[in-house]
Amino acid sequence: MQSFLNIFDIYLLEAVINGILLGGVLALLALGLNLIFGVIDVTWICYAELVMIGMYGMYYLVQVFHLPYWAAAPLVILLVALLGAALHFLVIAPLLTAPPINQLLATGGVLFILQSFATVAFGIDFRNLGIRLPVLALGEMNFSYARLLSFGAALVGMIGVYLFLTRTFTGTAIRAIAQDRQIMPLMGVDPKRIYLVTSAIGGGLAGLAACLLVLQYDVHPFVGLSFGPITFLICVLGGLGNFIGGFIAAFVFAEIISLGGLFSDLEWGYVLAFAFFIVMMFIRPAGLLARRS
Amino acid sequence: MNRQAAGWIVALLALVALPFVHRDPYHLHVLVLILIWSFAYTSWSIMGRFGLVSLGHGGFMGIGAYVTALLWNHLGVSPWIGIPLSMATAGVLALIVAYPCFRFRITGHYFVLVTLALSGIVLQVITATRDYTGGSLGYTPQRAPSGKGLFALQFDDKTTWYLIALVVWAAGLVIWRAIDRSMIRHAMEAISEDEDAAAAAGVNVTAEKLKITLISALMTALAGALYCQYQMFISPDTVSGIAVSLQMVFAAIVGGVYVALGPTVGAVITIVLAEVLRISFGTKAVGWDNLVYGVLLVLFIIFLPKGILGSVIDRIKSPRKPSRGHEQQTVPIARR
Repeated sequence: MQSFLNIFDIYLLEAVINGILLGGVLALLALGLNLIFGVIDVTWICYAELVMIGMYGMYYLVQVFHLPYWAAAPLVILLVALLGAALHFLVIAPLLTAPPINQLLATGGVLFILQSFATVAFGIDFRNLGIRLPVLALGEMNFSYARLLSFGAALVGMIGVYLFLTRTFTGTAIRAIAQDRQIMPLMGVDPKRIYLVTSAIGGGLAGLAACLLVLQYDVHPFVGLSFGPITFLICVLGGLGNFIGGFIAAFVFAEIISLGGLFSDLEWGYVLAFAFFIVMMFIRPAGLLARRS
Repeated sequence: MNRQAAGWIVALLALVALPFVHRDPYHLHVLVLILIWSFAYTSWSIMGRFGLVSLGHGGFMGIGAYVTALLWNHLGVSPWIGIPLSMATAGVLALIVAYPCFRFRITGHYFVLVTLALSGIVLQVITATRDYTGGSLGYTPQRAPSGKGLFALQFDDKTTWYLIALVVWAAGLVIWRAIDRSMIRHAMEAISEDEDAAAAAGVNVTAEKLKITLISALMTALAGALYCQYQMFISPDTVSGIAVSLQMVFAAIVGGVYVALGPTVGAVITIVLAEVLRISFGTKAVGWDNLVYGVLLVLFIIFLPKGILGSVIDRIKSPRKPSRGHEQQTVPIARR
């Protein structure tokens, strides 16, 4: 009995730590979405599909063009950043004065476009980088380097965005426009440019997430559906546009998925996370950190 | 008014007579699919037209299909009982999710994303319980022994299915019309303009929204159950999940959310487009139909937010009326 408990605890600890590692990537995804929502007031339903395109970009650069991983990653980040800017320029900008629901649904259309574009262009086969990173054995616990690397890179990415937002003029303008949309044009800030920059940064974060996720998961045209919904839930749970709330919610969700997956199938971890989300909507409808009115 | 009623009756009679004149099974198959999906899209629009944009309807549809099929396969419950039970399940779920949303004034983006969670849950539960539901490989209701087709609601005859689907579709339009002429419509329109003002005017905001959500969810579950009984094969991706939810939104918007036949027009366009692509390009067409849908959806939302039928009717009724641009700020899913 004693030995059984010991093993159990080790697995539990491993699941907890894996949850934290997963949380890093989820937090990165949530940050991109929150940034766009906070500044432009738009939800990109197709955010996970941008990540999917980025993952395909990594696959082609590394497997077909034989670029090393570290050289392919910046290219992919740039590519998805451009894609984000294009998405804003082509779809969101014409709809800026339309009701928010229309903007959201238009990005739903983009979700269809990206998914079927990937189906048509890349086929529905599962593909992976073919890079197998070693596994770190710590006592009786095993952690893949892919996860550790992802966690570290996600943290670096988030700190980078934080520094950009607080230390540069453009970053300050972005934060200012999120606070007051009307007054900033009077202060000499061009909102169109800020929106475009923000979309590019949001896209860049999706690109970074793509580079990290492709280390752990196979890519196929519908891979976005497996982590897209969870990203939206994290953002809503943390309060849309609330960076810190999203950060905390990402780790809460990751722990639920990881621990739920420990006791049963991974799908049940997701079911638990979804159910938790709906219960939280009863308790804290405006997000984890919202003050109760 | 009488001429309009006569027109409806003639059109309906023509639709009833159609399978007895034109017996091509493939055309009937496409028509049945159009009618079932039209009914589903109409169900979505019943709440969508008031700005309650739900991405959870894929979940309701999945529940309708899977609960009916599971009850039949595992417990031998006839779909005649199974379908009402599946609708009740969807209804209860709709109330559980919708009540806190409406009670705590979760609207706009938040409402869309909460309902998105709902269809996500249903999809994951179906996949996770693969021992019973077959998971992502799909699920087939057991064939009834011959002679018990009516009990099992399984018919080989396409004409029978066509007539069933026609009746259900027409019932959907009747419900639409009933809501259009009832107090709920006025209450919901007031709510979609300004919730606080509507509440101040004595509208019970939560109750009205719950009513419309419940009707919509029940109808969507029925559509799912019918689809399952007709196709005799369901998989999580074809009847539940976000893709199906988005498909509903897309078809309804392309056809027009604010007119009764709009979702039907949307269903005709999407299904005919998919079939034409499938026939002319075969397996190479995989993905192309959704690519076209996606592009159309974006273009429609930018340029024609009232949908095809809505815009055509507008054009006929008031050829040179200037667009009422000021309205679109306040009402979700723009009316221009």
